Amino acid sequence: MLRFLVVRLLRGVLTLWVISVVTFAMFFALPTNPASALCGKSCTPERIEEVRRSFGLDRPKVEQYGSYMKGLFVDRQLTEGAAGNKLCEAPCFGFSYVRNQMVGEALRDTFPVTLSLVIPAFIIYILVGVGIGVTSALRRGTAYDKFAVGFSLTGASMQIYSVGLLLMFIFVFSLKIAPPPHYTPITQNPWDWAAGLWIGWASLAFISLAIYARLSRAQMLETLSEDFVRTAQAKGLSKARVYGRHALRAAVTPIVTLAGLDIGFLLGGAVITETTTSVYGVGSLAVEAIRQGDLSIVMATVLIASVFVVVFVVVVDALYAVIDPRVKLS
Amino acid sequence: MSDFSHEALVKADAHGGVLVEEPVEEGPVDPAKRRAIVGRSPGQLAWARLRRDRVGMTSAYIVLFFIAVGLLAPLISVLYGQSPSDAYPQKLNSLALPLGYYGIDGTHWFGLEPKLGRDLFIHMVYGIRTSLAIGFAAAVITVTLGVVAGVIAGYAGGWLDTVISWVIDFVLALPFLIFALAVVPVAGAMFFEGAEQPSPLFRAGVLISVFAFFGWTSTARLVRGQVLSLREREYIEAARAAGAGTGHILFRQLLPNIWAPILITFSLAVPGYITAEGALSFLNVGIPEPTPSLGRMIFNSTYWIQADPLYTFFPAATLFVVVLTFNLFGDSLRDALDPKSSR
Repeated sequence: MLRFLVVRLLRGVLTLWVISVVTFAMFFALPTNPASALCGKSCTPERIEEVRRSFGLDRPKVEQYGSYMKGLFVDRQLTEGAAGNKLCEAPCFGFSYVRNQMVGEALRDTFPVTLSLVIPAFIIYILVGVGIGVTSALRRGTAYDKFAVGFSLTGASMQIYSVGLLLMFIFVFSLKIAPPPHYTPITQNPWDWAAGLWIGWASLAFISLAIYARLSRAQMLETLSEDFVRTAQAKGLSKARVYGRHALRAAVTPIVTLAGLDIGFLLGGAVITETTTSVYGVGSLAVEAIRQGDLSIVMATVLIASVFVVVFVVVVDALYAVIDPRVKLS
Repeated sequence: MSDFSHEALVKADAHGGVLVEEPVEEGPVDPAKRRAIVGRSPGQLAWARLRRDRVGMTSAYIVLFFIAVGLLAPLISVLYGQSPSDAYPQKLNSLALPLGYYGIDGTHWFGLEPKLGRDLFIHMVYGIRTSLAIGFAAAVITVTLGVVAGVIAGYAGGWLDTVISWVIDFVLALPFLIFALAVVPVAGAMFFEGAEQPSPLFRAGVLISVFAFFGWTSTARLVRGQVLSLREREYIEAARAAGAGTGHILFRQLLPNIWAPILITFSLAVPGYITAEGALSFLNVGIPEPTPSLGRMIFNSTYWIQADPLYTFFPAATLFVVVLTFNLFGDSLRDALDPKSSR
């Protein structure tokens, strides 16, 4: 068990390292002129020169990579120009010349927004999606089941932004029963937090919800036909016990772990949802940065998202091994 | 993706054929004539199953219709009398909204685009063309790459398998959309400097490359698994014992037996890439102006959604129907090719 966890952890660290190299190469080695790429679309030659010196873009690439990586763990002193003599606290993602702001600061402002969007959406689609799937499997062939199958088939073919726009159109613009989406910290006013974000949660969760309803229905049907369920029924256990204790656990475990691995999809969805609902989170920040050619922010978001995904995968792997004793620990 | 079991097809093949009862006539008949055994290949069986699937056939026709629309877009443009670049600012009011009922009339079936006054119908026709072109090109490339990598990993085994499997795991760990978002401007910075705008064709190439980079992994994984399980079968061993070369074993023995899962992957990859292209265009890193793109149309329409909801509705509904019918067709194909698999 311990060995399994250590191996998974090491693989996670290795993956993170490769990701950091790939991202660094993407932003600092591939562009013909990394300084102008980092500086943004409307940038004067003097400014570009400043960026070049500030990032030390004349030094060897390996050295640049080293100082960027070091900055992620210890404070880094930025010396030149607009970033002049500012202490970039760890984790230091550098300076955004387009926004005239530390990248870290911009991320700190937007990160809670994205988390407030992603975490409830994740909980909703797991609970509701698996709930619909399992209950429809138990009532196979009924009108409810047919409705659930139809819903999961059509829902999975929708576009995240179409769902978001549809919800906005119905609830905000036409019926005017929901306030325009906005972000209030949960610590300030939990009710307002939920009221401002529920459209985002719904549109972000909808498609995954449809997909997982379908997956868990199939999984549950398969489990119900297995011998151990029949044995449990033959023992005279109550329905609730057979379905709830025996079938549900076996059917849901792989689904939940699978959902955990889909965190990358969820982050991508968050980018889109933030754009449709005009909530300013990391995703909107990244999209805006791309429009302005502010690559230092784009790079930071890519790195953070990858770290998020890799850490999540390792955690889910470990959980899977704990929850499901059938998993061979290799 | 559900596990693809190949047993069904192999069995159908081995026992060959289906019994067909012919009407029994009175009196003495030739026993050979009474029950004729008609041999059917797995392909014919699958085709027969697909023909019986009403949802599958309906979606197949709709898919064919969309493909025809995409291929014949220039012809439709001529017949319809509008081109995607034609603009009618004179048909807009002072708020830049189309006059009349969202600008819908005999010449503009779906109305006009606010602000620029371009015809929406022809934009949708060309948007379908863009979606399908990107979807098919990306699916062909990713599936090909995936099959090659999967066959190498599964058949060669050893360190090649280890390396390829590790690369697959690594690529699967990357958040696709966020990387795609980042790659597009970086690719621009590789070839263009400053405010210079990359051409739509260049962007399409970048998108397809990004899809190829991320998309080959799932096919490769599937094919690797299939090859691993088929590699040890008797017929492969027999071919090897008979002195067949690697090429013969791969192309004449292995590949013909895994075309069904490959076909299914392909048919479900197309709507996946159509969705991805739409999402990237929606985020403004997809296909740029002036090439019509459904995702970008939806993004542009968000600003007008209160005043002109039809501008959002038409492209969103089209994209939905395209992706839905492709998905339904892919599912039916799976049911037809592999009746044992559960959805």
